[in-house]
Amino acid sequence: MEWFDALVQGVLLGGMYAQYALGMALMFGVMRIVNISHGDLVILLSLIGISIATAWGLGPLPVLIVLVPLAVLMGWVLQKAVLNRVVGSDPLPSLIATFGLSIALQNLMLQIWSANSRSLPGHGIESQSIEIGGIYVGLLPLIVLAVATGLTWGLDLALKRTRLGRALRAASADVEAAAMTGINPRAVYAMATAAAVGILGFAAVFQALRSTVAPADGPAQLIYAFEAVIIGGMGTVWGAFAGSMVLGISQAIGFRIDPGFGVLAGHIVFLIVLATRPQGLFGKALS
Amino acid sequence: MTAVLSTHGLLARYGDFQALYGVDIELHQGEAVALIGANGAGKSTLLRSIMGLLPVGREMVLLHGEPVGGTATDRMVQKGVAIVPEGRRLFTGMSVEDNLRVAIDQAARMGAKGGWTLPRLHQLFPILKEKARTQVQSLSGGQQQMVAIGRALLCQPRVLLCDEISLGLAPKVIREIYAALPEIRATGTAMIVVEQDVGLARTATDRLYCMLEGRVTLTGRSAEITREQIGKAYFGADHGVV
Repeated sequence: MEWFDALVQGVLLGGMYAQYALGMALMFGVMRIVNISHGDLVILLSLIGISIATAWGLGPLPVLIVLVPLAVLMGWVLQKAVLNRVVGSDPLPSLIATFGLSIALQNLMLQIWSANSRSLPGHGIESQSIEIGGIYVGLLPLIVLAVATGLTWGLDLALKRTRLGRALRAASADVEAAAMTGINPRAVYAMATAAAVGILGFAAVFQALRSTVAPADGPAQLIYAFEAVIIGGMGTVWGAFAGSMVLGISQAIGFRIDPGFGVLAGHIVFLIVLATRPQGLFGKALS
Repeated sequence: MTAVLSTHGLLARYGDFQALYGVDIELHQGEAVALIGANGAGKSTLLRSIMGLLPVGREMVLLHGEPVGGTATDRMVQKGVAIVPEGRRLFTGMSVEDNLRVAIDQAARMGAKGGWTLPRLHQLFPILKEKARTQVQSLSGGQQQMVAIGRALLCQPRVLLCDEISLGLAPKVIREIYAALPEIRATGTAMIVVEQDVGLARTATDRLYCMLEGRVTLTGRSAEITREQIGKAYFGADHGVV
């Protein structure tokens, strides 16, 4: 029962990681950009959300409703103002630009919010739990998992069935050929980053609800997103989701073995996958 | 008569390597023109330059008399120019239908008007209906070429650029693909066809340009140019113009 409980807790933790990883998988899949500022954007959005909640006395749901459109706008501006200037066949310029952005964002957050940890008041939702088959499961992690599943399903469906989704997949397959059908690659890239950062809007609210956030927390979130995407397979939406589950379960089992071993267990699984199947569990091998 | 598309002293280069040296060509309404020449003559570079895939001077390419040189590729499509690229460049990992829908989506977004629809394309290439759900990478070379042509047609072009559409295909498949060209021309679409097979180029087009080392070495009516003239222009023994 103890190990089954660890498995359940791992899946729930994976739900949180999936919200970090989806946006990264989308940006990498479409533009081949590894956004180093990914984690800092989560923390920035969390801190903005906490400030909105404090200033206007809002609960988590209204904060989410305000924050997600704001995140979409932020992503669109980020791509138009910064990333469109550095995106290309060489991944190094975008890597350097997002690394610089990460440092700038951390300092900006320190300037505005100081180094103190903060959290979003959940009005009790963060401490509620329900019993399922003899195991107590937190209500908030369940909501996080349900939202992560919904976001993954919605993103996958949008990529397959919508005009923008087809344009994103076409640009991902061959950006020059996509332009030959009338697709404006830079407009499509802006939409992809808007969607990716929009998803981070959800992650930001849940992150601030389940724990505290501080300006220096971004790089840790980046590592989890990166590991989940690598484990699942770069550029696949359900692969990122599955990679998040594997990472969450690895950490939860690691925590049961030894409380200090949890995070390391996740890193070890990541390294094993990287060494034995570099394309990820659900990615296709490069020919 | 104003040309639908023309180039004027077109220069193009890849880094330090100059690929085109002042190329002048013209294409008129509903006309099919062949571009022939040996490998490295600059035929594909010419199409890529027209399509905005290489940086060229604004006045070097005119579309309906409007300078469009160096215009972004997606804007050229919006202006009514589409390309069937060398190597087909299909969207792998996507089905035949999704590859075609990408073009339909963009044509709708841009408000492009024309007669090409999915059912009409299925009449032209019935196999595309049968293989609608098949991933494009699973198709034969000929079927992939039909998807590439279909994708370009669904952009509703007034000018269609075809780069080596017979390359690597069986003779029967080449005949099948070339049999579709008259129907495409019947819609008023003007075409430039890059073709290695000189015989095919002469029978399928109204006029031809022969290129050698980044220059046009021969031009004239396809039916009137002799094989001897083409031979000289193709291999560089005589750079005379008919």
